[in-house]
Amino acid sequence: MAQIKLFTCVALAALLVGCSSSPSIDDPEPTDAVYGDSATTDGAGNDPMGGGEDVTGKNEDLQRVIYFAFDSSEVRPQDQDLIARHAMQISNDSSYRVRLEGHADERGSREYNIGLGERRSQAVRQLLLIQGVRASQVATVSFGEERPVAHGSSESDYAQNRRVEITYTN
Amino acid sequence: MLKKLRLTLFVVALCSAQAHAELVIDVQGVAQPTPVAIVPFGWQGSTPSAPLDVAQVITDDLRRSGRFAPLAERDMLQKPTDGADVDFQDWGFVGVEAVVVGSLVQTDENAYTLEFHLFDVFGRRELVGYRMPASRGTMRGAAHRAADMIYEKLTGIKGVFGTKVAYVSAEEQANGLLYSLTVADQDGENEHRIMESTDPIMSPAWSPDSRQLAYVSFEGNKSSIFIQTLRSGNRYQISNRPGINGAPSFSPDGRKLVVTLGGVDGNLDIFVLDITSRQTRQLTTHRAIDTEGTWSPDGRYIYFTSDRSGGPQVYRILANGGTPERVTFEGSYNARPRLSPDGTRLAMVHNDRGNYRIAVMNLERKDLLVLSTGRQDESPSFAPNSDILIYATRQGRDGVLETVSADGLIRQKMASGRGDVREPVWSPFPRF
Repeated sequence: MAQIKLFTCVALAALLVGCSSSPSIDDPEPTDAVYGDSATTDGAGNDPMGGGEDVTGKNEDLQRVIYFAFDSSEVRPQDQDLIARHAMQISNDSSYRVRLEGHADERGSREYNIGLGERRSQAVRQLLLIQGVRASQVATVSFGEERPVAHGSSESDYAQNRRVEITYTN
Repeated sequence: MLKKLRLTLFVVALCSAQAHAELVIDVQGVAQPTPVAIVPFGWQGSTPSAPLDVAQVITDDLRRSGRFAPLAERDMLQKPTDGADVDFQDWGFVGVEAVVVGSLVQTDENAYTLEFHLFDVFGRRELVGYRMPASRGTMRGAAHRAADMIYEKLTGIKGVFGTKVAYVSAEEQANGLLYSLTVADQDGENEHRIMESTDPIMSPAWSPDSRQLAYVSFEGNKSSIFIQTLRSGNRYQISNRPGINGAPSFSPDGRKLVVTLGGVDGNLDIFVLDITSRQTRQLTTHRAIDTEGTWSPDGRYIYFTSDRSGGPQVYRILANGGTPERVTFEGSYNARPRLSPDGTRLAMVHNDRGNYRIAVMNLERKDLLVLSTGRQDESPSFAPNSDILIYATRQGRDGVLETVSADGLIRQKMASGRGDVREPVWSPFPRF
């Protein structure tokens, strides 16, 4: 639940500060339907842009999924900060291990989609490595289109499936 | 189409001119399947009825091919079980061009003799007669063999009624999806689930001797490649390198696999893996996604998907190594190449105005024919006679399998198992 609130907060904060591009048809934020809950803002001060508390090194409940535009494996500007927070958390504790699971939407050939999913998990991996995470702490896997979270064929379903999931494995 | 019509006329003219000319049934597509009659087989044995309705198996095989219209039993004026009793005039009256009669005779507790004869009604002569032994366990296979012989005699095309198909299913369960790998007869009968997992299974591939399947499994939350022997169910992990292990496909001599390896840095490339020594030889090095390798039937080339020119296209490279050469130039997306066993055609997933469809390219003429009509069609696989393809498509939200003739004229839904069915692969001809 805190995850959802934090996500909404970060998204709202990012929008307010104007540091992300406005959502386009190719790159929608997942709708509430994914989480089944209407999100509310969290006034507890986790807004990175103003107020708030220093939680460096603390085991925060960070959002674990980031999304990608169609045919793209670039980490979006609005997700850079989140990746940075994961990087800080992981690099601060050498016992942390993460697995980055890349996914693609269902269109086209399955094994090629494994490649697309892997490109996405590698993009996140590179960001983590640049920011101090050791290579031995990160594993990548791609599920291509094999593990969708949304089972329909609409653009919204596709957007929800184009993702990398960050799983802490210890 | 016009070319084909002229050929038909020529063949018909030839038939009437020479009394002993072969009866050749021209393929007209779904519009005009050839009327034939498969008379219920005679039965002699210790039980009231035969263990298998052989005539029904043959009838279903021929009907599903799309090229034949078997006569209903109630429309048969006579039901001979012996060739000597066939009255050609009667069969001519009901418009049938070929008749099959036969019998099943029990010779021991679990031993039978299956016999059939195929007759040309116009030519008033027998085309083929055959007798073969069978047990209860092998009887269905024997009926398919009979259907193959009849089919080949009438069309000139080798039948595939005795072959098998493997496919992956995903069924919804309470706590997620259950993935399974199934082998079935090409008519959907005799399903055998050979592998089951709560983690995805992908990319099944038949060994040339039909005895094994290679496939990708995500057990342990990473991809690795297994080879499983069908008869015993024994399997072993053939490739578990760091990173992606994917898209296995056997060489024509069965000794090697072409595979996709990603390594730690996730750069997918094509490798040839020697099954015995487990040594690999890297064929591509480009930073593009290079995957979905497949051998040409003569063993000389490996075809694969690469997006090195921006989007996925089909390339080929000499199996012993060399420079990749682009093969597809029509359309922005061509992937998952598979060659016909006779080496003349290349099937692929092709983006046709926004729809992912199965297309076939004649390798000599280089023309592209779009064979399917769905929006998310994928995984084409040729039957071993190169005349039919099976592929995965959607019916509503379900994944189902379809077959289409290589000329695109005959399309059939294939009876498949439960759940969302995908990634069908057609077996080679069985080697006895």
